[in-house]
Amino acid sequence: MLYLDHAATTPLRPEARAAAEPFLDADFGNPSGVHGISRRAKNAVEAAREQAAALLGASHPLEIVFTGGGTEADNLAVAGAALAAAGRRGVVTSAVEHKAVLDTADFVSRLEGRIEIVGVDEAGLVDPERLAGAVSDDTAVASVMLANNEVGTIQPVPEIAAAVHGRDRRVLVHTDAVQAFISEPVAVSTTGADLIALAAHKFGGPKGVGLLYVRNGVELEPLIHGGGQELGRRSGTHNVAGIIAMVAAMQAAAEDREGFRGRVAAARDRFEEVLLDKLPGVTATAAGAPRLVQHSHLRFPGMRSETMLIRLDAAGIAAAAGSACQSGAIEPSHVLAAMGFSPEEAAECVRFTFGWPNVAADGERAALAVIDVAGAMR
Amino acid sequence: MSPKPRALVAMSGGVDSSVAAALMLESGYDVVGVTLKQWEGPKGEMPTAGCCTVADAEDARRAAAQLDIPYYVLDYVDEFRTAVVDRFGEAYLEGRTPNPCIECNRRVRFHALFDRTQELGCDVLVTGHHARVKRRNGEFRLLKAVDAGKDQSYVLHMLGQTELARIRLPVGEMTKAAVRERAAELGLRTADKPDSQDICFVGNGDYRDFLREYFPEAAQPGMVVDTQGEILGSHAGTVDFTIGQRKGLGVALGEPRYVVDINPKSATVVIGRKAELLVAGCVVTDGSLVADDAVLPAAVEVKVRYRAEPVPAQATVGEEGSWQVMFDQPQDGIAPGQAAVLYAGDEVLGGGTIAEAIR
Repeated sequence: MLYLDHAATTPLRPEARAAAEPFLDADFGNPSGVHGISRRAKNAVEAAREQAAALLGASHPLEIVFTGGGTEADNLAVAGAALAAAGRRGVVTSAVEHKAVLDTADFVSRLEGRIEIVGVDEAGLVDPERLAGAVSDDTAVASVMLANNEVGTIQPVPEIAAAVHGRDRRVLVHTDAVQAFISEPVAVSTTGADLIALAAHKFGGPKGVGLLYVRNGVELEPLIHGGGQELGRRSGTHNVAGIIAMVAAMQAAAEDREGFRGRVAAARDRFEEVLLDKLPGVTATAAGAPRLVQHSHLRFPGMRSETMLIRLDAAGIAAAAGSACQSGAIEPSHVLAAMGFSPEEAAECVRFTFGWPNVAADGERAALAVIDVAGAMR
Repeated sequence: MSPKPRALVAMSGGVDSSVAAALMLESGYDVVGVTLKQWEGPKGEMPTAGCCTVADAEDARRAAAQLDIPYYVLDYVDEFRTAVVDRFGEAYLEGRTPNPCIECNRRVRFHALFDRTQELGCDVLVTGHHARVKRRNGEFRLLKAVDAGKDQSYVLHMLGQTELARIRLPVGEMTKAAVRERAAELGLRTADKPDSQDICFVGNGDYRDFLREYFPEAAQPGMVVDTQGEILGSHAGTVDFTIGQRKGLGVALGEPRYVVDINPKSATVVIGRKAELLVAGCVVTDGSLVADDAVLPAAVEVKVRYRAEPVPAQATVGEEGSWQVMFDQPQDGIAPGQAAVLYAGDEVLGGGTIAEAIR
């Protein structure tokens, strides 16, 4: 079995499992209580919050809001900002965002918000000036991802944040850093963002837990109402074990980041070198642009990616194409469409993504295995 | 690669295709299950009612998991929209009553499935249809199912020798009751699932709502006339009528009247007496014969609707390759757009689309 779909999700890090374990057993308490069992859970959650804040370079732990995943963090950032801003309800975003942002923008538009979606170049890059140019008096939030989940293109978020804030300091800048965190440094100061979304399971934490960094003073309209947890910004009993595991994984990922970049870049580069050499005509998407070290998004002309994925699966290789819909069918990619791929070209693309368990030698092994399958299809 | 033969099973999420997959496993095949995603809502979701819904795909996925076979959903939305849905509306507006499931089989489903069978390195395609394939005199024959009440050979008439050589229809040899019993023994959760009757892209079972929404011309008010062209009343849209319909005509006359013709372009519904419904025969286009040794003219039995009983007729080749099918006794309820399928006893000789009635 060769797992090359780490961008979809990656295995739990041992540090995360170990950190979570007590909170699945003896320390099972609900943090919102007055007794000792509660207190232990509460203290652990608040310690995790401090640690997460430190890892992101936040100025205060309460700038961290724990959520039920990356999608929820994006929803809270985009819709929460648009619904809270006085007299402004517009959203400016890019055409290659994750659906968690684009569909939330669409939701805001149904609440009378004005939505501007800015195009990208052929590598998937957003032009900061163009994006800032789409900001109007009505704009509440501008949202651009740190790195694209399909093709791996890294956006110039610091420049985008500066351009947007330069135009109007009242416009909030959100960045979805879900795919980037494992390999790219993510800090408040370097991104310049007011809101940053993370998802635990992309960097070795469990599924169903994430966080949103919310710059001190930023008002968000909560989307989940109830017990008033997270200063009322996200109600619902804390997923204590999940939060503890996420932050342990976050710490481990941050410490491993340089090592990850070294071994995964070596694996990915070797993978592409061997594969592109043996399979003429195959091209790597956005290879000339700033790109996540773990992503290899390839187009195999004349091969249907759907068929290729099934044949790879039969050969024990896990890869992906586009994003799967509710039924599991592969949907035409809005990201590739925005980058100028025709529907036919987009349907010939497969995404291979490496992860924290990989070593440099996995690149060649993966290339040979994929060449076997692709060769049989020619 | 495994030395075992490989089978691609088209799984609808129903009991028949689940059991078909199980039977192929038992006969020593490596089995891969697929569902074609053919229709979707405005946001790309699969429909929730009709056949081929999200729930059906989940049922198929669960059955595949229970059988421990890989399962995939393949995207055919664009092909389906062009080849079936758009044509359904266009054909309707031209006054025909198409059978979209047959059009899908003819234009999308089997092409897609046979393509994938080859691309995925499979040897045979398996479906859960109730029909049988037998070889006789060197030719593959498409035969009615063992369970006459569940026979689906009508919807498979477009298959030729190349297709029949590579298709397996294992449940066609079983009664529906036996299929359900088998599913129960295997613990498949599809065992008690009711048969689907709906058109997949219509949802909730009413194609009229679909036509109103996608082809508003079908809902234009117009006149109800008799066969002489005399205006008898008005109606709120041809979509509310089908040929042979007796109730809800909105006109009161001494004796029962029936819809004998519909012209959506001019928004006209023609009604007449029972006798005026009767036609002597029909012209069939897009006809294909199953076996290479099948010839026309021939004395046949013809089935003109999915639920109709076959009736004796004489089939001959007419203009431009069309067929002329003349019934031994005049028939009613002949609706252009439906399939006419020719039988010789249990064997499907071939079939095509009814282009017009011959009065």
